[in-house]
Amino acid sequence: MGRDDEPVDSMDIDGQKQQQLEALTAVQRGSALTISESTMCSGKLFPYGDFFKWLCYGNDGKHPGCDQSYVGRREFSLTLENDIYLCFQSFDNATELESSIKEKCPFKIDIGPVYSVDPSKHHAYAQSGNNVFVPVERELIFDIDISDYDDVRYCCSGADVCLDCWLLMTIAIKILDTSLRDDFGFNHILWVYSGSRGVHCWVCDSRARKLSNEQRAAIADYFRVYKGGENALKKVSLAGPVLHPFLARSYTDVLRSFFNDKLLLNQQLFASEERCQKILDLIPDKNVASELHGKWQGNRRSSLSKEDVNATRWDQLKTTLQSGKHKTQGLRRCVEEIVFSYTYPRLDMEVSKHMNHLLKAPFCIHPKTGRVCGPIDPNNCDDFDPAAVPTLSQEELESAYNAKLQQSKNSLNS
Amino acid sequence: MEIVRSHRQVAAAAAAAGGGGGAGALPTYKAAPQLEVRLEEFELFAIDRLRVLKGISDGLSRGKRPEEMEKLVSELWKTHMRHQDPAETLNKDIISHFVLRLVYCRTEELRKWFLSMETTLFRYRFRLESPESQRMLMTEFQLPYKALPHSEFEAVKDKLSQVARSIGQSANVEHVFFKVPFEEVPDLVASRRVFLSKGYAYVAMSQVVSLVVTQFRCNISKALALTNRKWTATIKEQEKDRLTPIVEALSNAYFGPDYSQPKDAVDISLKDIDQLAKSSFPLCMRHMLDKLRENHHLKHGGRMQFGLFLKGAGLKLEDALAFWRAEFSQKIGSERFDKEYAYTIRHNYGKEGKRTDYTPYSCQKIISATPGVGDHHGCPFRHFGEENLRAALNKMGVGGHALEEIMDKVKNRHYQLACTLTFETTHGVSCDSGINHPNQYFSESQKVLRAKNQTMESQSQSAT
Repeated sequence: MGRDDEPVDSMDIDGQKQQQLEALTAVQRGSALTISESTMCSGKLFPYGDFFKWLCYGNDGKHPGCDQSYVGRREFSLTLENDIYLCFQSFDNATELESSIKEKCPFKIDIGPVYSVDPSKHHAYAQSGNNVFVPVERELIFDIDISDYDDVRYCCSGADVCLDCWLLMTIAIKILDTSLRDDFGFNHILWVYSGSRGVHCWVCDSRARKLSNEQRAAIADYFRVYKGGENALKKVSLAGPVLHPFLARSYTDVLRSFFNDKLLLNQQLFASEERCQKILDLIPDKNVASELHGKWQGNRRSSLSKEDVNATRWDQLKTTLQSGKHKTQGLRRCVEEIVFSYTYPRLDMEVSKHMNHLLKAPFCIHPKTGRVCGPIDPNNCDDFDPAAVPTLSQEELESAYNAKLQQSKNSLNS
Repeated sequence: MEIVRSHRQVAAAAAAAGGGGGAGALPTYKAAPQLEVRLEEFELFAIDRLRVLKGISDGLSRGKRPEEMEKLVSELWKTHMRHQDPAETLNKDIISHFVLRLVYCRTEELRKWFLSMETTLFRYRFRLESPESQRMLMTEFQLPYKALPHSEFEAVKDKLSQVARSIGQSANVEHVFFKVPFEEVPDLVASRRVFLSKGYAYVAMSQVVSLVVTQFRCNISKALALTNRKWTATIKEQEKDRLTPIVEALSNAYFGPDYSQPKDAVDISLKDIDQLAKSSFPLCMRHMLDKLRENHHLKHGGRMQFGLFLKGAGLKLEDALAFWRAEFSQKIGSERFDKEYAYTIRHNYGKEGKRTDYTPYSCQKIISATPGVGDHHGCPFRHFGEENLRAALNKMGVGGHALEEIMDKVKNRHYQLACTLTFETTHGVSCDSGINHPNQYFSESQKVLRAKNQTMESQSQSAT
């Protein structure tokens, strides 16, 4: 999504926004969605028709063999002002969804699973306790949040994100998208910007929607490399004489070059004593670690530019570890482990494992940043810039609406 | 299965009755056998099988490796279930399984436990079978997977080799592979023990166990649900003077206290918590309290594990709310606390939503947690790095020889034994039952301390 921000002419806000949003929505590929020229904005410009068409998966009553009740069994959750949560909402068609949203003005819409019965009537079924009210279909979803990488990015922390650390999201998209297609055979994959600091992935293949919780957990575990809470020092452990083909491919095709060519410099990974120590802590052989530490202490006085320091030290580290001189156990994969620690995707496991987990609907406006949660094309994800995502602030919204209103008033009066 | 008080039929009927397996050795329990069982055998057989299942449960929570589990299962089976006459063994095997279905079908938690243990038992017994027997069992489970034709095998041979090496096996040893939809082998996918391509997993013959076991598990799971319905609908009432009391006694006898309703627990109050943490909390809970006091926050996993522990230890809801609010409000303010966190606490006490009264986590559950970034829950003996664990134990006053013994247990993945040793060291008493629940640690600790106090009191009284 590398378009430049067009200057906003205050006389033509409506038109400009329309154009920008059309450009935004025109870019998606290989997904189950077909978004037309409808603009989006929570409440007034949301693409109800297409959104609903997506979630119908063909069960739209237009041909025999479709399940009329399907869409009405999908759970939605609306978050209103003052932290009021309306769960287990359901709608039979796009019009119902639209009128509910316009009436209630939620600032967040979440999508849940398709249940065995209408979720809005779940109270009646919960009593019988016989597993009558259960999720039956749900997209396979992933949620990746940049704040889970705070220990490996120095440019930002918490809710902030910039182009330097956004690289981590780009890496995640590339690795997961490739694997979902090549390893798991999925085709209908939608990547969405979460609106502030991460990405969501919706795998919409029929086969994906029918996965059980156990199968979802298995896929999430297949992707999982980074383990351990706050108190485990070394969180990436790549045991075994060789890497599994999935990890090997990820390393060779994506991780290694991103680390060497971009992150090393962007994040200045070896530029300070503290940062060096953090990497040295990942080396299981304390002698090797202190040998390198000693080398780098010595070099500090020479007048190398910042660039040299990172690349030089990384080369020294790699040479030392891969020299084969030291036969310590666990040393052989150390270079890869360091690269994985700093680059490999970190998923929120809980989101993917449970069918009933709610996830924010694509095409909403993020309530805190005002940015549109629009699609990201995995083939062009290198160009995505979160800061360039269009926002719709309340004022712009209102002034666009008021401008339209004034126009119609004027035409009525004349 | 007909249960009678009189003499019993000979067990040869069992194998013929559809409960037996291909070679007669490993039954798949597809249908209840048509034989008569004496009432005494009903209970005795079940108890022996429970001994096997309980032994398996212990083995798992001690983190035993597959080779060790295989040995353990073989020994347990020999000790409790094996009879000189293989037909008798089969008889007992089948009867005990079906009796335990009745016992363990009645709640979600019982079903989960039984399913897990029976599946594990089956898995290791399958591994111990001969290749011919295994092949016959595969057929019985209707796994229609044909072995990979040679041409296809050649095309992916390198990748298959790579996978084998990545899991510590020799390359190019296996030549028989099956191409299976990945959904059928979730555990192999999860542990990256198979090559995946376009939605198919390439499963080695040696891994076929996983396939068979998944099916087995699925069958038993369905059967349990059915049995539960039948039990609730007719059997329980019909048998209320005969089998029902036995069934109910069996499940209570073998399920440890779950601490959902603290029975002998004294209510603990807010002001006691820090003191109690030092004297009686297990390391996992001490650690979380420390972090909570330090950061005025705990992530969800920690709130669940620690919050439920406090509930099991006797902390009342109002005190719990005050406790968490006092900490969280220092970081996010009490208004946000009330809005965002109070609900979950009330939920845990069964006051919201489905109103389930949630059960404090056992060691097994805690050990198998997967703490991620920013988390402090889980089992320190498993999830802490060595340095951090040593430091934490030092803080508890554990050092020297005892510390080394504990670290040794940890290296061998005996996390609960490590915790038990910690208990013994800090309390100066031995704990023969072993620790398998944080609330057990707490209540045992309190017992020891109360006894000490009483001893001191009576000593000082007699001294005057």
